Amino acid sequence: MALPSSFPVSPPLIFERKDLQKLLEVLNAQGYRVIGPTVRDGAVIYDEVQSDHEFPVGWTDSQSAGTYRLEKSDSKALFAYTASPQSWKRFLHPPALTLWEAHRSNGTFQITAEDASPRYAFVGVRACELQAIAIQDKVFLYSEFMDPHYKARRENTFIVAVNCGRAGGTCFCVSMNTGPKASSGFDLALTEILEDERHYFVVEIGSEAGAEIMRELPHRPAGEGEIEAAERILAQTAASMGRELKTDDLKELLYRSYESPRWDDVARRCLTCGNCTLVCPTCFCTTVEDVTDLTGEQAQRVRKWDSCFTMDFSYIHGGSVRYSTKSRYRQWLTHKLATWIDQFGTSGCVGCGRCITWCPVGIDITEEVQAVRAGGGKTSKKGAKHENV
Amino acid sequence: MPRDHKPKLAVWKFASCDGCQLSLLDCEDELLAVAGAIEIAYFPEATRSVVRGPYDVSLVEGSITTPHDAERIHQIRKSSKFLVTIGACATAGGIQALRNFKDVNSYVKAVYATPAYIETLEKSTPIADHVFVDFQLRGCPVNKYQLVEVLSAYLNGRKPNTPSYSVCVECKQRGTVCVMVAHGTPCLGPVTHAGCGALCPAYNRGCYGCFGPMETPNTAALGEWWRKLGVSAPDIVRAFRSFNAYADAFRKESEVYEHPNYQG
Repeated sequence: MALPSSFPVSPPLIFERKDLQKLLEVLNAQGYRVIGPTVRDGAVIYDEVQSDHEFPVGWTDSQSAGTYRLEKSDSKALFAYTASPQSWKRFLHPPALTLWEAHRSNGTFQITAEDASPRYAFVGVRACELQAIAIQDKVFLYSEFMDPHYKARRENTFIVAVNCGRAGGTCFCVSMNTGPKASSGFDLALTEILEDERHYFVVEIGSEAGAEIMRELPHRPAGEGEIEAAERILAQTAASMGRELKTDDLKELLYRSYESPRWDDVARRCLTCGNCTLVCPTCFCTTVEDVTDLTGEQAQRVRKWDSCFTMDFSYIHGGSVRYSTKSRYRQWLTHKLATWIDQFGTSGCVGCGRCITWCPVGIDITEEVQAVRAGGGKTSKKGAKHENV
Repeated sequence: MPRDHKPKLAVWKFASCDGCQLSLLDCEDELLAVAGAIEIAYFPEATRSVVRGPYDVSLVEGSITTPHDAERIHQIRKSSKFLVTIGACATAGGIQALRNFKDVNSYVKAVYATPAYIETLEKSTPIADHVFVDFQLRGCPVNKYQLVEVLSAYLNGRKPNTPSYSVCVECKQRGTVCVMVAHGTPCLGPVTHAGCGALCPAYNRGCYGCFGPMETPNTAALGEWWRKLGVSAPDIVRAFRSFNAYADAFRKESEVYEHPNYQG
């Protein structure tokens, strides 16, 4: 569901705030586990929600490089927060997944495949996150090697997008051309509007599944004034991005900047902790662990999130290919913003700003690119000799 | 895997609190399976019966702090085919390595009524400083699941899954909100070896570094960030000087903030 389709654009509808609980109930009745925003441990995270009371009413956040703080206001807004600590990736591409189990008996062994794909409804998917899901679709569904685990989850997922009424301090979706308005890849897309005594959503339908859900909910056609109100909010969000990334010539710039002195500079600050890759909604790398029990009768193959910042990631016979921090940071940034384009036909960055906010020492991808750009792709003192490590 | 005999396991203690050995007894659900797969040949915490060596696997807990122990570890190495050090004492010198930063004789005089009876080495050192170690398992204490994993891997002839990346990876896998970014709580997670499952941050505490330095720890960058969070230089020294105080990366970083020329 909400996979790219040619669903015709229908005129926007109005859906009242007071009916939001009904949306959750209808989704539940159709067998979906509803995942939405909720406040936990000092942040708005995505988790299972049963009731609209669990939504982050009045909560917003302030974000900068290496810092995130929740802030409470008197507003009744449900979706005034910006990017969450982690994306929807953890549901579609889980951090740990048992691929199969094997049991030994009578000198042979049986394999049982794990295949219990949950049926999720995501409520509150941002435009940048829709683009991130579309990017992971390219990697897992439309590349040479289709991933059956991702496919099973993805096809079962219902997506309620929510357009951003606010830009976060580390947001730059406008630069990456991914937001703030959801344009495709959703079943339903909402714009939350609070004016005077009114609290409602302007709804766009993006799929037949979305239309089917709306048929079960009270709604009416949107008036011109309401549509304009939604457009005004989005224009305001687009005009208040916390960050900017100049993308002209970016791929070529990075291709000629392998020897930029900036890589040494960032390597002094980078912790190689892997946080940027784990919070990134498009980073998809995994490792596979084989586990046996003490008796050797049971075995499991488990797939886990991995990061190109670990030593094991590039370990081949004799050692790690990228043993320096510099080579690992350069690899990550260059892949994300340049080689990704050659590989998948799109940038790997959607401008959500998570890698900036959740870097424990506040390394800012937009600032690093700016610094590399300022160097103009010049080489370090060592000269142009290609240095891998 | 079919075997002629069950491998013989010995558990040895040096300067330590016994907590890591107890992790083996704490395995509860897995303990019977351990006893089924391995002959527990020497394990004074668990049994008085002793089966003579040589041993297939030796688990060594504790650090070397006395001349007697510095000799004894060589005997154990000679009678062990596969020697695994378990816990921060054995892998880094433990909390008792705090004495390495001072003159041990001043402690001996202050603590013992008759210092003349005390025969001790100047420094508390990890086992690997004295003999060849086949595998090191980190932690204060070790994680019991990792301990079972190391034994399972040994029995099945495979590599143990004990990744040496940061605690952050475990936090993110677990879905814990970063305590340093979201709350401003100083956390050693980014420079600390994974293995505990990111326990403390899951309870809104910063990581204490129980598993010692991760594979490529940038302690300098983390220390600078802690200063920005308002942590004083003496507190940074204390944070790096706990159970893994004498692990190279932590020791060096603590010395930076203690150095007379430090200005910050």
